[in-house]
Amino acid sequence: MTSATETAPAAQATVRPVAIPRRAALVRRERRRRARRAAWNVLGLAVFLVLVFPVFWMISTAFKPDDEIVSFTPTWFSLDPTLEHFRNAIDRPFFWDAVRNSLLVVAAVVAVSIVVAFLAAVALAKYRFTGRKLFIVLMIGILMLPAAGLVIPLYVVLARYGMTNTLTGLAAVHVTFLLPFAVWTLRGFIIGIPRELEEAAMVDGSSRVGAFVRILLPLVMPGLVATSVFVFITSWNEYIFANVILSDQSNHTLTVWLSYFYGTSRNTDWGALMAASTLTAIPVVIFFLLVQRKIAFGLTAGAVKG
Amino acid sequence: MTSSHVPDGAAIAAETGAIRPRRRRRRGARAARGSVPYLLILPVAAVIGAILGYPLYKLVTLAFQQYGLPELIQREGVWIGLENFESVLRDSVFWDTLLRTAVFTVANVSLTIVIGTLLALLLVKVSTWVRILLTAGLVLVWAMPAVVAVQVFFWMTNFQNGILNYALTQLRLGDFFQHDWYATTFSKLAMVTLLIVWGAIPFVTITVYAGLSQVPRELVEAAEIDGAGPLRIFRDVTFPVLKPILLILTSLSIIWDFGVFTQPYLLIGASHLDTSNYLMGVYVFIEGYAHSDFGRGAAISLLMVVIVAALSVPYVRRMVRMGDAA
Repeated sequence: MTSATETAPAAQATVRPVAIPRRAALVRRERRRRARRAAWNVLGLAVFLVLVFPVFWMISTAFKPDDEIVSFTPTWFSLDPTLEHFRNAIDRPFFWDAVRNSLLVVAAVVAVSIVVAFLAAVALAKYRFTGRKLFIVLMIGILMLPAAGLVIPLYVVLARYGMTNTLTGLAAVHVTFLLPFAVWTLRGFIIGIPRELEEAAMVDGSSRVGAFVRILLPLVMPGLVATSVFVFITSWNEYIFANVILSDQSNHTLTVWLSYFYGTSRNTDWGALMAASTLTAIPVVIFFLLVQRKIAFGLTAGAVKG
Repeated sequence: MTSSHVPDGAAIAAETGAIRPRRRRRRGARAARGSVPYLLILPVAAVIGAILGYPLYKLVTLAFQQYGLPELIQREGVWIGLENFESVLRDSVFWDTLLRTAVFTVANVSLTIVIGTLLALLLVKVSTWVRILLTAGLVLVWAMPAVVAVQVFFWMTNFQNGILNYALTQLRLGDFFQHDWYATTFSKLAMVTLLIVWGAIPFVTITVYAGLSQVPRELVEAAEIDGAGPLRIFRDVTFPVLKPILLILTSLSIIWDFGVFTQPYLLIGASHLDTSNYLMGVYVFIEGYAHSDFGRGAAISLLMVVIVAALSVPYVRRMVRMGDAA
């Protein structure tokens, strides 16, 4: 601001051809704009630091030796990093069981829900039929159901068919709750494909199925991948149903295993807990970073129309 | 159910307008094609009907039954009419929890939407490299599994050597040495709020930021030239464009926060979970599942589902209109 006021009197003192004060004003405005942007940038960086701090702290703690963790004056980074906590976390009972269970459930959920959801998404995107609206209401209605409210009837029904404490039971529940989401997102991807492409293929003598396989499928592949990964992540992160349905420790998924990690707050092994948390989060974070852009707007699609 | 209703080909044809008169003789083929969408949605309908339809039916019947562990083993409940509902609605814990959850939801949703929107506006102001950095940070936070986030927050707010107490003391905001954040109900719920808002901001910010790209630049510039201040521009130019997006985000947040379970159950559960700090999700879980009183739990669940259903009407209507238009 001060520098801008310094240039101003000089410009005013001259005979004032029109161009000069205007240029001075431009310079002034440009400077002010830059100063303002710098201030916003500083604020943006501060927000960034606060936002990612918990993630940073998790990773940083996971690598710290115990004496640095319990110290009353924390260190930001350990200069003497250790892998001991990761070893402890992995060596805890049922870690590998939990990894295997999570992977099994997630693989089954992704495979089943994507194939099944894709068919329905094609129906919604390409056909108009009686009952279509009811089907859409059903899909979105299920998306809105509070999971906590359905724990009890699902548990009672699964118990009746002897499916409690089985990974199949959990996978079935995950598929049910993820199907509406997958249908809705895939529908968005399919609508994005121009109808003419499909019609052109049909004119070339392909059947509808042929056109579908050769034209539609490759085009919708990115959507299929993105949706699969999102389904993967949601199933991997899910806690309440996994906790209720799987009672044996050897059947726990990673999130449930992690939730039973702390002892009492006084003697928690913080290092190992943070190492275990890091291990649980890694696959999800990687996948999420890969596809976030493609799918972020599934739930609000349409309201944000490009 | 929709899926089992096999329509006649002509009705579909009339609706789609796809079939021309001269092709009328291929009636059989057309009817077959008319059933295609039904065949396509059949698997989804079957899975949902089997795995969700029966439990939903069960939810309603259980609510009118005495159904505890003995009944679970015998697979047969005892009909008791409205007793479960009477017991729940007479229980002050239910009303206290409902009120607490309502206040909690309002606080969480407003914080999430306001901070999320402010961050989106900030994203527009900063340089590109800061924007990329900030977006990456948002996505990272978004991706954190809830259970992991709970553990990290529990560690950060630990009274003995949590970083929060240290940081607040260092910032001269008071003496927080060994301050116990889980001592009072308010403080416990405030920690849960912190955790939930932190986790929910990325979705709001990124969505609102996408919406901001639709605000016409010329309008903003015109308003600036006319001497409108930033607040005025936001109120009269930006906000009207963002309104539909904010409405959807708000209803989604209300629905999610009202039924939230994992964060309060685990974060408060780590210290002490009792009737004085229940939220609806936790309450229904403990009353029904943990106490193995499935009938009473079902009655609470049913009340909860009805409340959430009422809350989600605006969102569902909006989405259906969009889905139907496409």
